[in-house]
Amino acid sequence: MAAYRNYLLVWLALLVLTGATVAISYFELGLWNAGAALFIASVKGTLVALYFMHLRYEVKLVLGFAVFPLFILALLIVGTLMDNLFR
Amino acid sequence: MDHAPEATAGHHGSYLAEKTLRSWALTLDHKRIGVLYICTTLFFFLVGGVVALLLRLKLLTPGPALFSDHTYNVLFTIHGAIMIFLFVIPAIPSSLGNFFIPLMIGARDVVFPRLNLFSYWCFVAGIVVILGSLVSPMDTGWTFYTPYSEQTSAAVTVLSGGLFLVGLSSILTGLNFIVTIHTMRAPGMTWYRMPLFIWAMYATSVIQVLATPVIGITFILLAAERVLGIGFFDPAKGGDPLLFQHFFWFYSHPVVYVMILPAMGIISEVVPVFSRKPIFGYRAIAYSALAIAFIGFLVWGHHMFVSGMGTLAGIVFSFLTFFVAVPTGVKIFNWIATLYRGSISLDSPMLYALTFIFLFIIGGLTGLFLGSLATDVHVHDTYFLVAHFHYTMMGGTVMGLFAGLHYWFPKVTGRMLNEKLAKYAWGLILVGFNLTFFPMFILGMQGMPRRYAEYPAKYQGLNIVATVGSWVLALGVFLMFLNFIRSLRRGGLAPDNPWRGLTLEWSTSSPPPEENFAEIPTVSEWPYNYGEKPERRTEGKRER
Repeated sequence: MAAYRNYLLVWLALLVLTGATVAISYFELGLWNAGAALFIASVKGTLVALYFMHLRYEVKLVLGFAVFPLFILALLIVGTLMDNLFR
Repeated sequence: MDHAPEATAGHHGSYLAEKTLRSWALTLDHKRIGVLYICTTLFFFLVGGVVALLLRLKLLTPGPALFSDHTYNVLFTIHGAIMIFLFVIPAIPSSLGNFFIPLMIGARDVVFPRLNLFSYWCFVAGIVVILGSLVSPMDTGWTFYTPYSEQTSAAVTVLSGGLFLVGLSSILTGLNFIVTIHTMRAPGMTWYRMPLFIWAMYATSVIQVLATPVIGITFILLAAERVLGIGFFDPAKGGDPLLFQHFFWFYSHPVVYVMILPAMGIISEVVPVFSRKPIFGYRAIAYSALAIAFIGFLVWGHHMFVSGMGTLAGIVFSFLTFFVAVPTGVKIFNWIATLYRGSISLDSPMLYALTFIFLFIIGGLTGLFLGSLATDVHVHDTYFLVAHFHYTMMGGTVMGLFAGLHYWFPKVTGRMLNEKLAKYAWGLILVGFNLTFFPMFILGMQGMPRRYAEYPAKYQGLNIVATVGSWVLALGVFLMFLNFIRSLRRGGLAPDNPWRGLTLEWSTSSPPPEENFAEIPTVSEWPYNYGEKPERRTEGKRER
């Protein structure tokens, strides 16, 4: 049972975070609504990747392959905003 | 070049031994899957080529001729989409990469053979869906720019679905190769003992895995906007058409390196073998492949200088674009340094490799004209761009592919090509290519825009040259394919190592057995120890 304890805790955390996403949508925060939802989704994604997809227990190379695309995503966002914000 | 005396006895015991349709359709052998890809992609090369010949034929005269303007738009869209998505992108990685990565690293197969087969059939499924879109064919150009691709009645959504599947296939192939190269290398094959083709394929696979999902998502957004009316790219719905271009080029610029890097890998194999010299600057060539892959992700905005993009972004993207020239130049100089004082034999693979270097230098340097913000404003969307692109993609990638096909034909088929016929074909291709595309540089500088069905009469002279050139080029390609087909049956039996290469694929039989090697080889040195011993070379230097 102990082996499943972490998975249960992560599952509960995901449920709580889903509730938080729903709850926060009832507050009028303007742009921050999207920001908050994206932030919570990122935390959930990280939990899934770390525990359910075993990234936490993998060698550094696999971790590197998982993190590098985030850098590429950042490039896409920065490059696009560099045009959009200063057009 | 001398041929080694031993020759294998036909296909007995080789991966080609079993002949049934089922043995091909359900094969898990990377070599057979590679051959399936070779046949499929070369078929679409011919289809795209015939369409190009029709386009050139129409452009023989300035006015209306042959077919309507709409048909012209459809045909150049088909030419671009087929050549890019069904030929140039998978042409080397999925075909020769599939065949030779396991052989060159001393493995029995790729790490995920079933995924490899799935990847091929995913590609075929994508092709079927794309062909389905011909019911209402696309007329948008291969870039599918919004807002026109939102409004046209053409089957954009269907085509997007097909390209999504082709993209998925590309991702899975890249993933398979990355894991294979990491985990399946033969004992003793350290990273710096890997052939440079493998380095190139590694860099290529990283781009495939990281960039292709962006175009997949973009196609989904495009379909969602057309079908569900959600505003992403259409200003009327609150979207931004330039966002489509950002997403599109974030994939489509790195993907030109998916096209060119494997070709560069082939050149790095062919040049030392036919110069009988160790490759010059091994590590520089290996790292420059990774550098090109990385810098390729920073420069997509240079496709959008005249699209209304902000000035700051234009300046930054133009500046970053110049950095691509550095690792590319590193490769070119290293190949030339390898040739220097080499014992060069001009067999057909080497002729194509030298043609690659010659044409790619022209293609690469004219890329700098287009990467410069100021000059790009003048030559953007003119025939100058068409010429540049074809010098890099046909003069580069396709010549690299031809070099690879001639180099590895004996290994893949167990037969030798007719060298005389190969050289005639090469001569026609070289002359035909330059006749077709060099005039386009001049036409572009004179202001002739691309993608127009008609043009002012003053441009006709050079257009006639280009069209006649396309016939010479077509004749050369026809001869080359004739040689391939003829040699499959009538070519002499190939020795195991006809070019005296040192990479591992030459250490097994031609064609290889199903399990590649009777015994997994142990590697003790890098694969470029050609020619004289290093100490003798040092002595020679002192004497000079």
